[in-house]
Amino acid sequence: MTPRLTMTVNGKAREIALDDPRVTLLDLLRDRLGLTGAKKGCDRGQCGACTVLVDGRRVNACLTLAVGLDGADVLTVEGLAQGGALHPVQEAFIAHDGFQCGFCTPGQIMSAVALIAEGEAGDDPERIREGMSGNLCRCGAHRGIVDAVLDAQRRMAGDAQGRMGKDGERAA
Amino acid sequence: MYAFDYVKPASVADAVKALSAEDAQPISGGQTLIPTLKQRLGQPSALVDLTKIADLVGIEAGSDSVLVKGATTHAAVAAHEGVMQAIPGLAKLAAHIGDPQVRNRGTIGGSVANNDPAACYPAAVLGLGATVLTDRREIAADDYFQGMFTTALEEGEIVTGVRFPIPEKSAYAKFVQPASRFALTGVYAAKLKGGVRVAVTGASESGVFRWAEAEAALASNWSPEAVETLAAPAADGMIGDIHGAPDYRAHLVKVMTKRAVAAA
Ligand SMILES: Cc1cc2nc3c(=O)[nH]c(=O)nc-3n(C[C@H](O)[C@H](O)[C@H](O)COP(=O)(O)OP(=O)(O)OC[C@H]3O[C@@H](n4cnc5c(N)ncnc54)[C@H](O)[C@@H]3O)c2cc1C
Repeated sequence: MTPRLTMTVNGKAREIALDDPRVTLLDLLRDRLGLTGAKKGCDRGQCGACTVLVDGRRVNACLTLAVGLDGADVLTVEGLAQGGALHPVQEAFIAHDGFQCGFCTPGQIMSAVALIAEGEAGDDPERIREGMSGNLCRCGAHRGIVDAVLDAQRRMAGDAQGRMGKDGERAA
Repeated sequence: MYAFDYVKPASVADAVKALSAEDAQPISGGQTLIPTLKQRLGQPSALVDLTKIADLVGIEAGSDSVLVKGATTHAAVAAHEGVMQAIPGLAKLAAHIGDPQVRNRGTIGGSVANNDPAACYPAAVLGLGATVLTDRREIAADDYFQGMFTTALEEGEIVTGVRFPIPEKSAYAKFVQPASRFALTGVYAAKLKGGVRVAVTGASESGVFRWAEAEAALASNWSPEAVETLAAPAADGMIGDIHGAPDYRAHLVKVMTKRAVAAA
């Protein structure tokens, strides 16, 4: 049986014929859709390098079977930039040296995007650290990462207020 | 992973039927099962996906109990207003399982079916004296857990939910294994209408257990000081690994019990 899936990946509708139900979302993205941003680090849900958003929530793509995602909306790091403009979280990672070798970075950035959207961490570095605890950086860039998340969060909140022209809801 | 078929039933009845096939196995969040299959430690003929069954997802907070349906994620329990109001200790426990990515996929049914000796939910289920609901019966927590990775579940039996009685007070205190966030030792202490219960996870080679001496001491005096006067439970039968020796874990049981009572 070849399961057929419909998925939205980075805003684009995709029809996918899966020849094997064992394919994880990570292998689907990397090997079949050519989206190699999400990385295969530990392949067992511990490092977070494969973090992507499924229906707006961050998941470890290595622990998610693609076959279960019929109808899902998937966002990877490749889908963040708009035209030539980087996403504010991407800009903040560059500005704050939120990486060294870069291997964990796509996962860190996707996790940060979700954390900011969840709107739970506030301005508290300790809660940002807790909220980013699913993403390990073996270069030890965590200080820069926390600074980047804080900065991106402030910028995005500011932008949202600017756009709405009044105080009010925070950007999702 | 060895090859398997994938089945996506729309009802519990269909899932039970699919699970009657030889070596068919449920999959929920896959946070435990997928790594196991990747290591080729299992060879199911089919994986039966429980997460698409509408009846298995959701939370019902009543006046004297909270029902968490089987395929409800840890993140959903952590964020549920009704759970936070009725059993804040349970919401906090769910909020500290693993990390956000794991909580977005992992489910209560998968956790209690797996019964990892260091998992968090078993402590709450036993500590609150909850009832495990399945497709065919209701099982009291005291009868459900039967040693590490062992439960009262029969072949092909599905956990459809867990019903937690609302306690007067309760809390979970976990000493984390810093990499995985599993419990090096975790204690759920609860003051219920029917008495006090103290359940310990992460410590014993027999899996989650109740610490009777602490329950007795806390029943007459619900305070960390009441625990202070007790001897730590025997180190015999406690887990020893690179993270901690048996006597260290026995000591942690006492410390975490005090912290749970103080936090409740
Ligand atoms: C990095 C990481 C950190 C973690 N940290 C923690 C932690 O701190 N504390 C903690 O408690 N857990 C932790 N976990 C485990 C996590 O909570 C899992 O979600 C949980 O153990 C299994 O739930 P699942 O829904 O993913 O189950 P699955 O992996 O889908 O299934 C697990 C087992 O249960 C069976 N099963 C699944 N659902 C049902 C059901 N409804 N009825 C009957 N059988 C069923 C499956 O057949 C399988 O045998 C961690 C996991 C990871 C990857």
